[in-house]
Amino acid sequence: MLESLLSPEFFNAILRATTPILFAALASSVASKAGITNMALEGIMLFSALFGVIFSAMTGNFFTGLLLTMVIGGLIGWFLAFFVLNLKTDEILAAVAINLIATGGTVLLMLAVSGDRGSSTSIASFSAPRIVIPLIDKIPFLGEIISGQNLMTYLAILAVIIMHLFMYKTPLGLKIRAVGENKNAAESVGISSRKIQYIALILSGVLASMGGFFMSGGYMNMFTKDMSAGRGYIALAASAMGGNTPIGASLVSLLFGAAQALANMMQLTDIPHELIQMIPYLTTLIGLGVYSYSNMKRRQKLAGK
Amino acid sequence: MNNAKRFDLLRMLFAILVALLISFVLIFFISEEPLTAIFTLITGPFRSKRNLGNVVESMIPLIFTGTGVCIMFSANQINLATDGGFHLGGLVAAFVVLKFGLPGGLSPIVALFLAATAGAMFCTIPALMKVKTSSPELVSSLMLNYISQWFCTFILMHFLQDPSVGSASHKLPENSALPVIVGGTNIHVGLIIALVVAVLGYVFLYKTKTGYELRLTGENEAFARYSGINIVKVILVSQMVGGIIAGLGGGVELLGPIYPRFSWMALLGYGWDAIIICTLAKKNPLYTPLAALFLAYLRTGASIMARYTDVTLEIVQITQGIIIMLVVAEQFLSGMKHRMIAKEARASLKEEEVA
Repeated sequence: MLESLLSPEFFNAILRATTPILFAALASSVASKAGITNMALEGIMLFSALFGVIFSAMTGNFFTGLLLTMVIGGLIGWFLAFFVLNLKTDEILAAVAINLIATGGTVLLMLAVSGDRGSSTSIASFSAPRIVIPLIDKIPFLGEIISGQNLMTYLAILAVIIMHLFMYKTPLGLKIRAVGENKNAAESVGISSRKIQYIALILSGVLASMGGFFMSGGYMNMFTKDMSAGRGYIALAASAMGGNTPIGASLVSLLFGAAQALANMMQLTDIPHELIQMIPYLTTLIGLGVYSYSNMKRRQKLAGK
Repeated sequence: MNNAKRFDLLRMLFAILVALLISFVLIFFISEEPLTAIFTLITGPFRSKRNLGNVVESMIPLIFTGTGVCIMFSANQINLATDGGFHLGGLVAAFVVLKFGLPGGLSPIVALFLAATAGAMFCTIPALMKVKTSSPELVSSLMLNYISQWFCTFILMHFLQDPSVGSASHKLPENSALPVIVGGTNIHVGLIIALVVAVLGYVFLYKTKTGYELRLTGENEAFARYSGINIVKVILVSQMVGGIIAGLGGGVELLGPIYPRFSWMALLGYGWDAIIICTLAKKNPLYTPLAALFLAYLRTGASIMARYTDVTLEIVQITQGIIIMLVVAEQFLSGMKHRMIAKEARASLKEEEVA
């Protein structure tokens, strides 16, 4: 057991399991920084997982499939923004509605496209390739972890860096943070909060859709019903615990990815698999509690109590 | 009923109509026989006494979770653990009637009592976490749902399983089933319990001091705090009461005549349905039976449609999603409302001038 925990395969599995959560956590962080809880991540990931399969099969390669899926993600983000910002819909209820539509809509759509209710095995889709980095793959242990990952995993790591630079080094990032911090103050210096929140939610949708694409075109090679399995919600927690910063969110995602990978590996042991399935959710719950508690104590200290 | 209220009602009906129309358009896209499908969806429930019975019967779990969510959302506690609480309630009820070996009359009562207790404890976890660690109840309750699902499956597979069937418990004893009250249908005593719960929920929220505190906190927490309301108590009580109702609902559903064994492996989704019930009922438990009737009718129609045509049940989830979207979209048809208010104001001005 311990031996397999220290093997490069296990670290490999952690990165693989982290990738979808990481994209979604980045998506949640940018929305949260703009002052909106994007609970629709779950539905966006589910839709993107299906559209990824359909688009990559239609266009014959994964790359255009990914691009089109990102467009779908952006559109759902825009749709959410339209309802929340223009029609003044409660953001949580709007997200519940989108997630419901995603649960039913993906099954209907899959049935229409593939004739199957459970999974999309009959659709010949294309997954993102695994990339072997020359030279690095020759390094013992570390090379085996760093090289040979799925392209989407590298894109996720790249996305963390880009999002960090975007949020903290660009004027638009500053505006997003300003709107989330204090909408009225941002408005008073001439920032259109509505426009900024639109941008943040669309970006959030695009990021989440990349996570969804990886689910069905990398992590697995097909779409199955309800395959996001709460990862969108876990990402909400990961982002919150990472202080809604891209780097913080990605570190916490890594923790949850490890929990998921551990659960996957423990399937081979004698421990009942139902209990093992709980691990990622239980880890998130406990992590959330510990984080919120220390945060609360820190705030109380700052307030001089 | 004043004009604003009447307008809200009309707006809701219009939202439902739009959602249904969109769903019909979808059916035209996916079905080979769209007209038959839509006709079956609308008239299916009236085709037999049994079908009508199914409508009433499937209202029961919706009334329970709907009322529970109404109470939690009235206090602005966005606890979504109703789904898991309902599931756990079902498991506990099954466990009691299978394992405790109590005599006929007592068995279901103890089972329902413990189911409600389990639901209460379960749904209070997010509340406790909020009070003690300031964790958002939204996220913790979402995680708890998955934990409940796997926990219940664990108990089922390791303690209740009937090896000859596979993934289901042993047969639930006949003497603990809730009696059917309308012959030839599945309508059972649970309906009466559900209606009583809805009325009690209304009385609790609108006629008691605690209920008033809950609603005031939901409207404006800062104001409630300044007027001396104990927010911690509101957080705990609202989610505990919501949990009691969810757990009880799960127990009642399981002991009803539809489930000969406990075989719930995935969450049943009544917690999510509760959100549309709560939205349509405007957070008032008294209206939950009406909202549940609508949804149950739609569901029953859709399942009959799924049986006889090529359109599947999932279409209802889309309809539900659109209804939630349009009903909670405050600005939906707001232009019309403004015009109506302006017209009324002008009319009253004119009357004053004449007088």
